[in-house]
Amino acid sequence: MSTQILLNFFLAFIWMFMTVSFTPAGFAIGFLIGLGIIILMRRFFTGRLYLTRVWAVISLFVLFLKELILSSVQVLSIVLRPNMNIKPAIFEMETELQEDWEVTLLSALITLTPGTLVVGISDDQKRLYIHALDFEDVDKAVSSIKNTFERAILEVSRP
Amino acid sequence: MTIANILIIVSISVGVLFSVVTALGLVRLPDVYTRTHAASKSSTLGVLAILTGTFIHFWIVEGIFNTQMIIAIAFLFITAPVGGHLIGRAAYISGIKVSEQTVRDDLGPAVQRKKKRFALSKKPADD
Repeated sequence: MSTQILLNFFLAFIWMFMTVSFTPAGFAIGFLIGLGIIILMRRFFTGRLYLTRVWAVISLFVLFLKELILSSVQVLSIVLRPNMNIKPAIFEMETELQEDWEVTLLSALITLTPGTLVVGISDDQKRLYIHALDFEDVDKAVSSIKNTFERAILEVSRP
Repeated sequence: MTIANILIIVSISVGVLFSVVTALGLVRLPDVYTRTHAASKSSTLGVLAILTGTFIHFWIVEGIFNTQMIIAIAFLFITAPVGGHLIGRAAYISGIKVSEQTVRDDLGPAVQRKKKRFALSKKPADD
């Protein structure tokens, strides 16, 4: 992926040298033309086209903002309720993520969405221990995390 | 200009609302873990909204494009979850009990197993 981005920058600089226009506009035109060349040449690269990964990162960010706002409102309703009838719990979740940065990103995202807080990670990084503010059902809680954040991170890291 | 003003007022009000909810949650919630929920996250969203409002104000009303606000938001997003995680983990490992309302605890047996393993192997527990 980084090879493709670097190649794109390289092609943009080539374009700037060819047209002798060392301006941001010249760079932008060269970058777009280089992008076109990379899309045409995509079968020579081993990985995916880097645009799909950039798109996956953007959609992960949008998903994160949506979850942050939704669950903040949920915590607001819990805190402002007259008799606070919450059921906190610590549950275990198996993760299929492998790399260090993926597990770190997943636990940061889980921690930043109110309602869930990572309080422990097992030594082999296979299981996360998550403290939930208002807990109903372990399958429901696990599947809601798996279907949103883990799937989005897998989409980013897929080769 | 009016649309910008409405945007500024709404985002700063939302930020103040979430900060108040954080303070209320710190008082009302039963144990350290549930309080960490309020302290580490509703406050993140609150500060985020206030910083966004300030950024929009200085950009549109005063005409200053201050990128330090964006950097501050990014740093907040990086550091807040780590802080929340470490407070919760340190509290659990040092033996703070969860409140009576807690319905399920999977971490307790795991910590017990780990402590037993370290006691057997005579290695210093590094966690």
